[in-house]
Amino acid sequence: MSFDEIYNITLMQGFAGLSLFAVLLLMGLGLAIIFGQMGVINMAHGEFMTIGAYTIFLLSSLTESHAPGLMQAYFPFAILCAFIVAFAFGWLAEWALIRHLYKRPLDTLLATWGLSLAMQQAFRTLIGPKEVSPTLPDWLMGSWEVTEGLDIPINGMFVLGLTVLVTGGVLLALYKSRWGLRVRATVANRAMANATGINTTRTDRVTFAIGCGIAGVAGAAFTTIGSTGPTSGSLYIVDAFLVVTFGGAASLWGTVVSAFGIAQTQSISEFFLSGSMAKVLTLLLIVTILMLRPQGLFASKVRR
Amino acid sequence: MSDQHLPSSPRRKFMLGAAALPLALAMSRIGHAAALPTAQVNTTGLAVTDTEVVVGQLHSATGTMAISETGSIQAEQLAIDQINAMGGILGRKIRVIKEDGASDWPTFAEKSRKLLVNDKVATVFGCWTSASRKAVLPIFEKENGLLYYPTFYEGLEQSKNVIYTGQEATQQILYGLDWAKQEKSAKTFFLIGSDYIWPRTSMKIARKHVEAFQGGKIVGEEYYPLGHTNFNSLINKIKIAKPDCIFAAVVGGSNVAFYKQLKAAGITGARQFLLTLSVTEDEMLGVGGENFAGFYSSMKYFQSLDNANNKAFVEAFKKAYGPKAVIGDVTQAAYLGPWLWKAAVEKAGSFDVDKVVAASPGIELPTAPEGYVKIHENHHLYSKARIAEGQPDGSFKVVAESPELMVPDPFPKGYQ
Repeated sequence: MSFDEIYNITLMQGFAGLSLFAVLLLMGLGLAIIFGQMGVINMAHGEFMTIGAYTIFLLSSLTESHAPGLMQAYFPFAILCAFIVAFAFGWLAEWALIRHLYKRPLDTLLATWGLSLAMQQAFRTLIGPKEVSPTLPDWLMGSWEVTEGLDIPINGMFVLGLTVLVTGGVLLALYKSRWGLRVRATVANRAMANATGINTTRTDRVTFAIGCGIAGVAGAAFTTIGSTGPTSGSLYIVDAFLVVTFGGAASLWGTVVSAFGIAQTQSISEFFLSGSMAKVLTLLLIVTILMLRPQGLFASKVRR
Repeated sequence: MSDQHLPSSPRRKFMLGAAALPLALAMSRIGHAAALPTAQVNTTGLAVTDTEVVVGQLHSATGTMAISETGSIQAEQLAIDQINAMGGILGRKIRVIKEDGASDWPTFAEKSRKLLVNDKVATVFGCWTSASRKAVLPIFEKENGLLYYPTFYEGLEQSKNVIYTGQEATQQILYGLDWAKQEKSAKTFFLIGSDYIWPRTSMKIARKHVEAFQGGKIVGEEYYPLGHTNFNSLINKIKIAKPDCIFAAVVGGSNVAFYKQLKAAGITGARQFLLTLSVTEDEMLGVGGENFAGFYSSMKYFQSLDNANNKAFVEAFKKAYGPKAVIGDVTQAAYLGPWLWKAAVEKAGSFDVDKVVAASPGIELPTAPEGYVKIHENHHLYSKARIAEGQPDGSFKVVAESPELMVPDPFPKGYQ
C-alpha cells in the first residue's frame, strides 16, 4: 500500500470517529439535560428521537407530493419542525406523567418505559410497521471527493455541523441565560429555588420539553444515516444512557468528553478488530472505568 | 421420515388409473364434501367439519419483526381467499385463526401449542425468523402438527412436520457466487453480515465455495451486532482490501444504514460490485433506490419477474393491499404455502397430518409466481436462483437466472 493510501485511510478513519462522536453526542445531549439535570430516567428518549425522524419523513412526503420544487430546501425547515413537534410532545408528557413523579425518581423509569411502549405501538398503528426513509435533498447525499481516493461523507459532515450547533446552543443557554440559571438552581436545591421565587414547576416542564426537542433534532439528523421504524428508538436508548452515565450524570461537558471517548474507542477498535469484538471491547472498557469511578468521568458538584 | 414408505407417484397413478377406479373418482381433484365424509378425511380429530377446515396463522403482527412479517401475513391470506373463492379444499372452506407471535420467541411457542392443542388446526402457516421456528419446532414435532415456513434461511434443519417454502442457504448462495465469478470475474470477496446464525452460516458456505471450489480468495470477513448503524470503519477496511465483490448479509435497520453510508463514502454501484443475500423489495423501501442502484441481490423471486403467473399474482396482491404494496422474496414464498398444502391434501385425499406429509414430496406447483416449484423429499423446494440489479426507482431488474432448478440441500456435504 502506498503512502498516499495510508494517508487517505487515516484521514477517513479519523473522520469516521468524528462522525460517530457527533451521533453519540447528539443522542446523549437531550438525555443529559433530562437525566443529568432533572434526574428523570427517561426510557422514552428513543421514541422522542423517532418522533423527530417521522416528522422529517412526513414533511419529505408532503413536500414531494405538494411542492416538489422545494425538495432541495425543505430539510433545515423540517429539522426545526422536528424540534417543535418533539418539544410539544415532551411538554405534554411532563404535564400528564412526569410531574407527578419527581419525588419518586425510580418510578419515572417504569412510567417512561410504559410511555415508550405505548408510543412504539402508536407509531406502528398510525404510521405502519415498515421501515421508512425520507427522500433527502441531493446535496445531502454522496461524498465530497477531496482528492482521488479520499471521500468524506456529506451526511457525516452535516450531522457533525448540526451537533456543534446544538451543543453550543445548549451550553450557552444553560450557562448564560436566565432559563439556564433557573434550571441549575432547581437542580441544586429545589426547595430553596422555590423560596427565592423561581417557578420550579414551569422550569421543569420547559427543561423536559427542551430535552425532548433536542432528541427530536437528533432523530431528524439520523434520517440521513439510517432508517426509521416504530422500534428505532430502542436501538439508540442504550447508547444514549451509556454516554450520559459514563460522562457523569450531571455534567454536560462530561457528556461531550464521554461521547468523544466512546466514539474513538469504538471506531478505532472496529478498524483493527471485527465489529462485534469492537463492541465487546468498548463495553468492557466502560464497565471497568465505571467500576473504578462510579460517578462517571466528571463528578457532579451538586449538593443533593 | 424415510422415502421408502412414500408411494412413488408413478405407482400411485397406476393404482388410481387401473386398480381403484371408484376410489379415484372420490379422490379426484374436484372432491366434494358429500363424496368425502368428514370421518374419512379426518381421522385424527382435527378441526374439520363438513363445510369448513380450520388452519392457523402464526406471525408477528406486533413488535420488531412486524416490519418483515406483515408481507407474509398478507400473502398467506390472499392465497387462502383465492382458494376459498375456488371452492376451498375437498369441498371445505378454509377458516383462519390468526395468532400474534409478537416478535417474542416464547410467545411463538405458546401460541403454536394453543393452535395445535386447543384449536386442533389442520396446518399452520407461520414463523419468519429462525429463532421463532426453532422455538415452535419441538411443539410441532410432539403434537404432530404441520408448519409451512416461508423464509430463506440457513439450512441445517429438516423436520417431518415442516415444509420449507423459502430457499435454504446453498440455493441462495452458490449460484450467486458462480455468477459473480463468471459474469463479473470476481476473484476476491469481502464477506459482511449481521452477527447471528443465518449470516454466519451463509458466509461459512460462501467462504468454502469461493476458496475450495472457485479458487478465489476471501479478503475480509466481518460481523456486526444487530441494529448496528455505524459502518464507517468497516467501509475504510473495504477500501483498503479493494475486493472485487462485497458479499453482504446485513439485516434489519443496519441494512439501511449500511447502504446509505456506502453511498456517502463514495462506494456506489458504478464503482464497486456488490452482491447481497438480504435486500428484497421490502428492504428497498427503507434503503431507498438511490442508495442501492447498481448493486445486485440474489433471491429466488423478484416482483418484476416477467411471467404470466407473477403478473396475475402482483395484480391480485395490489388489488387486495393497495397500489403501493411491494412483494419481496419471502412474501412470495409465503404465498406458496396454502397452495402447496392444498395440493398435498388433495393428493392425500385427507387432512390427516401424516397423510399430507406423506403426499408432499413430489408435489408440483406450476402456477407459482416464481415459476415452477416442486417439493423435494427433504421438505424444501426445488426452485430457481436469480440475480437482479437495483434500480434508482427502487425496483429490481432481473439480470440472470439459474438455467436449472436448484436442488435443495439443507445439509451440504463439503460445506460444513
